[in-house]
Amino acid sequence: MDGSRQGSAEKIDARVPQDAAVALRDVTIAFTLKGAKRYVAVEGIDLAVRPGEFVAVVGPTGSGKSTILNAAAGLLKPASGRVDIFGQPLGGLNGRAGYLFQADALMPWKSALDNVAVALEPRGVRRAEALERARAWLGRVGLATFTDRYPHMLSGGQRKRVALAQMLIRDPEILLMDEPFGPLDAQTRQIMGNLLLDLWAQNRKAVIFVTHDLEEAIALSDRVIVLSAGPAARVVGDFPVPLARPRDISEIRLEPRFHDLYREIWSCLRVEVTRAYADGPA
Amino acid sequence: MNRLVLLALQIGVGLVGLGIWHVLTVYPVLGETRQIQFFFSTPGAVLARAWAELLTPEIWGHLWITLQETVLAFVFGAAGGIAFGFLFARNALLAAVFDPYIKAANALPRVVLAPIFALWFGLGIWSKVALGFTLVFFIVFFNVYQGVREVSPVVLNNARMLGMSERGLLRHVYWPSALTWMFSSLHTAVGFALVGAVVGEYLGSSAGLGYKIHEAESVFDVTGVFAGMLILTVFVIVIDTLVTLIENRLLVWRPQAGNQG
Repeated sequence: MDGSRQGSAEKIDARVPQDAAVALRDVTIAFTLKGAKRYVAVEGIDLAVRPGEFVAVVGPTGSGKSTILNAAAGLLKPASGRVDIFGQPLGGLNGRAGYLFQADALMPWKSALDNVAVALEPRGVRRAEALERARAWLGRVGLATFTDRYPHMLSGGQRKRVALAQMLIRDPEILLMDEPFGPLDAQTRQIMGNLLLDLWAQNRKAVIFVTHDLEEAIALSDRVIVLSAGPAARVVGDFPVPLARPRDISEIRLEPRFHDLYREIWSCLRVEVTRAYADGPA
Repeated sequence: MNRLVLLALQIGVGLVGLGIWHVLTVYPVLGETRQIQFFFSTPGAVLARAWAELLTPEIWGHLWITLQETVLAFVFGAAGGIAFGFLFARNALLAAVFDPYIKAANALPRVVLAPIFALWFGLGIWSKVALGFTLVFFIVFFNVYQGVREVSPVVLNNARMLGMSERGLLRHVYWPSALTWMFSSLHTAVGFALVGAVVGEYLGSSAGLGYKIHEAESVFDVTGVFAGMLILTVFVIVIDTLVTLIENRLLVWRPQAGNQG
């Protein structure tokens, strides 16, 4: 996999299927820092996610995991390379994707119900219908009795549930998730992971799930992508996760197959994590 | 601390203050009481005068005028501040070009404008409204400007990813965020509207609480001045309480607002 940077155009096209929901081709993203210094976050990224595929992206801190997600969302423009969404080059925001942010992204001035219902407004759904559907979605994420609460009255896990409902009510074809359960405690993370898998299983969408937690990545995904330490992070590993679904992510961790996978991917990731700590300003 | 104890202590401080004032002005401690009372009046006399004033229709007329001026100054100042705050926050060029002028205008002590306004708008309520406007406008303007500029980028990006148009963002993100900032300065803004009204009246008018106090002052009626100040204070407290009620109602989603009461 180390040679992927130098991959020729034909080689890339062979590897990236035409029907991919999201396809990043030789994508480089750079930022201009203070004093006009250029910081290359990721370089030469090739990544394709098929419809219905759950891909987890892991990498050490500062490896540009979120950057890749933002490029797929259209929030960042790549300096070079291209982003294709269902075969179409992405210009502007990715309207076919839903995004679950790591930080709290709910509108604090709206109740849980309004936060979810407002997601339907750009679609021109009537307010009464939007509220009804939002109520149903809050029920599906287990918050049926919390509809009138404002975000600050909810726990961190409950806020994530609202954000999940807000994203899913639009029925996006691609789900982009940026360490969504990062701020939560261990038990809540597992509960949220299972909830996510349940909802996803009902209606499989292409998922890019960014996390720094390798266990979470394996438990949830069909494929784990490993990024190298930044700057100029690259894809250094691409591991299929052939574990049966449906999964219970608290129990799947006990299976020997899981441990084999963990060991295999960790041996790849460890090198990068060590490198990130050695070089990193931390 | 126990709320009742706190309340008792608060009342106690007030009573001690009034007691000292009473003793020093009613008994010949500092000198002849008539002379002392000319300068300081007595708490009893002030309370009696204030009460007597409140029983006459005249004072209510003055209060009504001052209230009108305050409300108008606040409404116009807030509307202007919101409009320009939004405009400047969403248009960086405009903000950059006008920046020195806004800073200059805000640096000017507004009281010096009072005579000009009296000249332009006459001695009626509009010169006071204009003075209050210049005070309220800048407070609201700076807060709305800040509020629109400092919308959380995550909330904004999330709203964008939900497919919101520029109009949707304005309505669901920028506007509520700006309102939060505006409400956080609501007490100050209303207070300044009142300052504009009273100072304007004080400097030149024929009605209002400021006029009433000025009138008593010009005939060395210290009791009248203190009575006017007392009524003004109560008036301000009533308005401030109303503002708090409105604020709690509108900012119910805010953590602090929920914990009060």
